[in-house]
Amino acid sequence: MKMLTMTEAKLLVREPLALFWGLAFPMALLAVMGLSSSGIGGVPLVTIYEPVVIAFIGVAFGVQGIPVQVAGYRERRILRRLATTPAGPVRVVAAQLIVSLVVVLAATAGVLAVGRLGFGVPLPRQAAGFVLVAVLSAAAMLALGLLIGAVAPTARSAGAAGTVLFFPLMYFAGLWTPQLSPATRHIGQFTPLGAGAQALRDTMAGSWPHPQAFLVLAGWTLVCAVLAVRFFRWE
Amino acid sequence: MTAIEVEGLSKRYGPKVAVDDVSFAVAGGEIFGLLGRNGAGKSTTVDCLAGLRVPDHGRIRVAGLDPRQDRRELRQLLGVQLQESELPDRLTVAEAMRLYASFYPRPADIDGLLARLDLTDKSNTRYRRLSGGQKQRLSIALALIGRPRIAILDELTTGLDPVARRDTWQLIDDIRNQGVTIVLVTHFMDEAARLCDRVAIMRDGRIAALGAPAALAQPTLEDAFVALTGRRTS
Repeated sequence: MKMLTMTEAKLLVREPLALFWGLAFPMALLAVMGLSSSGIGGVPLVTIYEPVVIAFIGVAFGVQGIPVQVAGYRERRILRRLATTPAGPVRVVAAQLIVSLVVVLAATAGVLAVGRLGFGVPLPRQAAGFVLVAVLSAAAMLALGLLIGAVAPTARSAGAAGTVLFFPLMYFAGLWTPQLSPATRHIGQFTPLGAGAQALRDTMAGSWPHPQAFLVLAGWTLVCAVLAVRFFRWE
Repeated sequence: MTAIEVEGLSKRYGPKVAVDDVSFAVAGGEIFGLLGRNGAGKSTTVDCLAGLRVPDHGRIRVAGLDPRQDRRELRQLLGVQLQESELPDRLTVAEAMRLYASFYPRPADIDGLLARLDLTDKSNTRYRRLSGGQKQRLSIALALIGRPRIAILDELTTGLDPVARRDTWQLIDDIRNQGVTIVLVTHFMDEAARLCDRVAIMRDGRIAALGAPAALAQPTLEDAFVALTGRRTS
């Protein structure tokens, strides 16, 4: 298992495009916001966008990365070959999830560092709550990605599904309009990243997130994971 | 000692019968060939042996184990080379070998196996940069890395140049001389005649002929194959 995880980590490091999109791009986006002097209601744009950028990392690795990896391994019969060895195919998928979770959390820490050191965004005041929400948001995105990878017939279709989902997920996280109208906000609080981004915002401002946010994130994680396991196509 | 027993194996996919009441046994240390045209049921048979598919009917024992119920034990003893099974593009040859070696308690010597398959100077080459023949040789190496007692090799030498083919044959001979039982799925009659102790020729999911290549050859194994499988039933 350790060897599989190390191997998957090495393979991810060798994917320049994935690293650019999931690591460099969010930090660059934050920096652009940081260079802008505008703000909303006295709050600098960079502070408003930091939770959005953190949500973006989860989407990049979870919903866009994992499905392509999992479906690609199936399509290329890598899972099938592993099924004939003592390792079995489950462990390599687990290794992909572990590696992605670690990278998402590391990239989240990186964004916090860029915000703090570059633009003076305060670190999350409710630190424990922030860590909990960050992990849960990442888990929800990985579970959703796993579900797509579980049922998508090819890496191509998995990638397409991830890209299509990117827009609604990030819309409710506030990527295009940080301030959603009351109606969209109401819908958004039931989407994983609508709940996740708001909960990140709350913990950054110092308060414990609304319990509903935890329920929404845990619910999405659980439902997607159960469906993925139930409907996983090994070949 | 019997390494593999298959009794009354049947498998259908929807209305299509892939394997129909197939029985055979492979002795320990034997090289057993499975021949047949595309769609004759060879790969389905092999998949059932490897525990990748559940038979509809029939009894299978591989090293005395049930491929489905005892799959955990069987995976330790069985080396399988599948058709069209790839590796991640950016994984190097040496990394793939080390990864697969880590799955087994007593793996074979990686450098020795790479040398035998003429891959030593490709150790640090990524999978996607390998030629078709090199990928095939790596696939064979991965099937043998766990020192299997039984090896199932599907289309062993497809894509190999004549020299690599002869070298691979020699490797298979050597492995058999160490007591490994080998099931060889092949389209090449010269390969079957050269390596196999016995062959089963499959047609439409059934075994059309079974015996030593020399005994079946009339006058060559290929003529026998064409005579047995060439006509279409319609």
